[in-house]
Amino acid sequence: MGNRTASSETRALPMERVIPMNDADDIVKEFLVESYENLDRLDRDLVMLEKSPNDREILASVFRTIHTIKGTSGFLAFNKLGAVTHVGESLLGRLRDGQLTLDREITTALLTMVDAVRQMLTSIETSGVEGERDDSALIARLTLLQRADPPGKTAGKAQAKIPEPGELKAAAATAGAGALPVEASVKVAKPSASPRPSPSPSPKLAQVEAGAIAESNPKPAEPPSPSSSDVGDGQKMQAARAQGAGDSTIRLDVSLLDHLMNLVGELVLARNQILQCANRTEESSLLAASQRLNLITTELQGGVMKTRMQPIGNIWSKLPRTVRDLALDCGKQVRVEMEGQETELDKTLVEAIKDPLTHLVRNSVDHGIERPEVREAAGKNPEGLLSLRAFHEGGQVNIEIIDDGAGLDQERIRNKALEKGLITAEQAGHMTDREIVNLILLPGFSTAEKLTKVSGRGVGMDVVKTHIERIGGTIDVQSKPGKGVMVRMKIPLTLAIIPALIVTSAGERYAIPQVSLLELVGLDGDQSSKGIETIHGAPVYRLRGRLLPLVHLKTALHLEDAKLENAKTMTKTKTKADGGATLAENSAASTLENTMSTASGSKRVNIVVLEADGRQFGLVVDEINDTEEIVVKPLSKHLKDIAVYAGATIMGDGKVALILDVLGLAHGSSILSEGREHGISQELEAQETAEGAKQKLVLFAGLAGARMAVPLNLLARLENIPGSQVERSGNRWVAQYRGQILPLIRVSHALEERRRVPPPKDALSLPTTDMLQVLVLEDEHQAFGLVVNQILDIVESTLEPKSPSTRAGVLHCCVIAERVTELLDVPAVLLGGEAFEPPEVPSGAELN
Amino acid sequence: MTEMVSEKMSEKMSEKMSGKLTGRPTNKTSDNEKMTAARQFCTFYLNHLLFGVESQKIQEVVTYRELRPVPLASPVVTGLMNLRGQVVVALELRRRLELPDRPPEMKPVCLVVRTAGGTVCLLADEVGDVVEVEEQTFEPSPETLSPRLRSVILGVHKLENQLMHVLDTDQACEVSGVVQG
Repeated sequence: MGNRTASSETRALPMERVIPMNDADDIVKEFLVESYENLDRLDRDLVMLEKSPNDREILASVFRTIHTIKGTSGFLAFNKLGAVTHVGESLLGRLRDGQLTLDREITTALLTMVDAVRQMLTSIETSGVEGERDDSALIARLTLLQRADPPGKTAGKAQAKIPEPGELKAAAATAGAGALPVEASVKVAKPSASPRPSPSPSPKLAQVEAGAIAESNPKPAEPPSPSSSDVGDGQKMQAARAQGAGDSTIRLDVSLLDHLMNLVGELVLARNQILQCANRTEESSLLAASQRLNLITTELQGGVMKTRMQPIGNIWSKLPRTVRDLALDCGKQVRVEMEGQETELDKTLVEAIKDPLTHLVRNSVDHGIERPEVREAAGKNPEGLLSLRAFHEGGQVNIEIIDDGAGLDQERIRNKALEKGLITAEQAGHMTDREIVNLILLPGFSTAEKLTKVSGRGVGMDVVKTHIERIGGTIDVQSKPGKGVMVRMKIPLTLAIIPALIVTSAGERYAIPQVSLLELVGLDGDQSSKGIETIHGAPVYRLRGRLLPLVHLKTALHLEDAKLENAKTMTKTKTKADGGATLAENSAASTLENTMSTASGSKRVNIVVLEADGRQFGLVVDEINDTEEIVVKPLSKHLKDIAVYAGATIMGDGKVALILDVLGLAHGSSILSEGREHGISQELEAQETAEGAKQKLVLFAGLAGARMAVPLNLLARLENIPGSQVERSGNRWVAQYRGQILPLIRVSHALEERRRVPPPKDALSLPTTDMLQVLVLEDEHQAFGLVVNQILDIVESTLEPKSPSTRAGVLHCCVIAERVTELLDVPAVLLGGEAFEPPEVPSGAELN
Repeated sequence: MTEMVSEKMSEKMSEKMSGKLTGRPTNKTSDNEKMTAARQFCTFYLNHLLFGVESQKIQEVVTYRELRPVPLASPVVTGLMNLRGQVVVALELRRRLELPDRPPEMKPVCLVVRTAGGTVCLLADEVGDVVEVEEQTFEPSPETLSPRLRSVILGVHKLENQLMHVLDTDQACEVSGVVQG
């Protein structure tokens, strides 16, 4: 049987040491941990082996694993375990010696054995014994398989067998249907020409290989493609490396790492305090020591963080087995390709994405990839391809699950969503393909509640989505009809330390995870009171023309004086708020503060623009402090139910701050429930505006109380300019505005100018004490300030002309808000403004 | 303090192993058995009433420090505390036990207890002595005690000059469904 050589290769087992008997528990525990690990590898190895049945290295590894379990179980007197593994080992021994060739039947039997072993191990772990079980059927099956092929027949049988089963055909898929015959034949030549690295291939094996090649020659598409063997090699290499690393690694209890993590957190705080003290003293030695402490602490923190990182391959390794079993059940052929197994993420996250990932993979195999005959009919390779890709991008881990199946039936999704009342018919008409595909992520789209149940495409996708979002990730589905589906998950690297924005509300600090942060908007002075409008009491803010629903953090947390704040920001006069946004982006706060110095009293309003579940909303906070890397601490069960908190953290000064859960906040403020509709209605609105049906207008009081209007889209912003800042330049009135000179035109004069003779120069004088309300109009060359008597309102209205213009500078009259309103002809007014310059002053004078 | 934590961990681990795998008694459990005859209680005062918690349940007693209030939380939750890098929730025992609120000038003390749901800090008025009591002095809570409180106050030990209320820490840390009045 050749067991001797194999056993010499096994790792030194604990039992080989001399151990006092009361340490037997430790041995059992170690045995369990080690065996679980080995079993996981076994699953992977067996599936790989099925693809390349002659890989002696994998075979030897499988053999060793089973042998180790058998040996230890004998030592620990787990007899049933020993019996099952014994027959398995015998079977594997025959395979290894080349007396048998692995086929699907044997693989299935061996996998069943692995499952039985796993069950027994679980039983040993929970109850200490193997449990009542009867494995005689399995043992009989394994024994039978050993005898099925007497050694003499092996070579012939293997030759006949190899090209037959789906495996080789399956492997052919890798080569791609369109592979050139020439290329393919080169590939065929390769395995025979270059000697395999397997140790001392037996003559029989060579024969088998030769046979296989001879068989496949007529059909060049058949041999295993280089890509698949590359993958195999890569995995082999990794396995070898893992074995080598076994000597230099130790196993640790995760709670120990958590404890270390806590200690490092404390150390960081202590360091911060020492740094503060050290900076106050003159003692240079203390300064130097504290600097060193600083460096070491940072490095230590990084190191401890790293200990929690795990390659994603750890959970992927179980997937080929899942796919194989499921594909067999469904009568499909599926190949799994993996890329980026080494991508690391935090252990807790690896655990958290395990179930969603398995669900998505099952979905792809079960519903995405078609049956081989359907695929062939569609001109595709009969073997489906399931790709798993993982990579780092922008501080996040991207995981993609791609199948080359039939894609999602958009018509069906649309109909189902309509039927379930998730969208209205009107919305359905406006949705893009991608939006429709992503409808399957909506709760209520499917009826299944558990992850494990698979009954229709998109089943339980909302559960997957919830799981992913709970750990701060996002999920996106893309589908190409006939080409396949790609599901992309974006997962944060770690939950333990995240970058966050620190804000203050009601004197307490809160941390907002940076992932959901889009931008910050600061409204100063006048903007703070005018920038925020309300829709039936619900505060909104115009962010670049779109309405952004606002949530006051104080209101959301039911803190005091939130209502007061709300009332303050809700004012009658509305203003176009783009200025605020641009302000935040340019951080040109000072310029505006100058022009608006009089707007004292009203506080600065800070809006944190957040995104939750694809919908944006603004969170109004008292103060925006800083961004910081925070260590996330879980909340105790007493606070778990409060959806607006994601956790807590300890700030540099040792105080505790709460971490806000943006998703929970949005749900709590019903942003999300209304958000979807809102977004769509906005699009509709935009479309209507384009058709000219409705337009946003700024209403203002013109001549002698007459109401006038200007389309909002012609305005750059609304400003209040103090009369004291108006200066005279040449024959014009100007004001300094954002570092530019803004010519001012008084509406009354501009209009009257066209009617009569130019008024005397004194009539041009502007009041020097009052605040001027100015509509800033901007074209590509120059900005003009249109001075109006009073800005009344911003309304949305149709611009149906009711009567023709009565005077120049007015386009036509219409009825807005039940009052006759003149619509200003802005270009004409601007021309008029230039026209009233006396001829002796050249028109470019103000530029000097 | 660090030793206490690690001791707790090793205790847990040994419990798990012995319990799961063989059921063989460890040194730890035999210690407990020894203590059942005369049990040790850490005592503290709440509104002049004497309370006691089994001393093994108490991780430590720390002086009052600034707490971070948690909006939207149950009124029993006073706030969050930074306990050497660990964020621990602080519960107001007076509110939990439906006693009048502590006068503002009185600074509470923090009893850090280990519960099934993790470490929790209980706020009390003042810490008393550690007492050893015999099983015979114990009497369960009378029927007249409000059923809401009977789960929290297991009973009393009749000490020489006053009664010591025995507090079930796990129940005391259960804040959902606490009626505020």
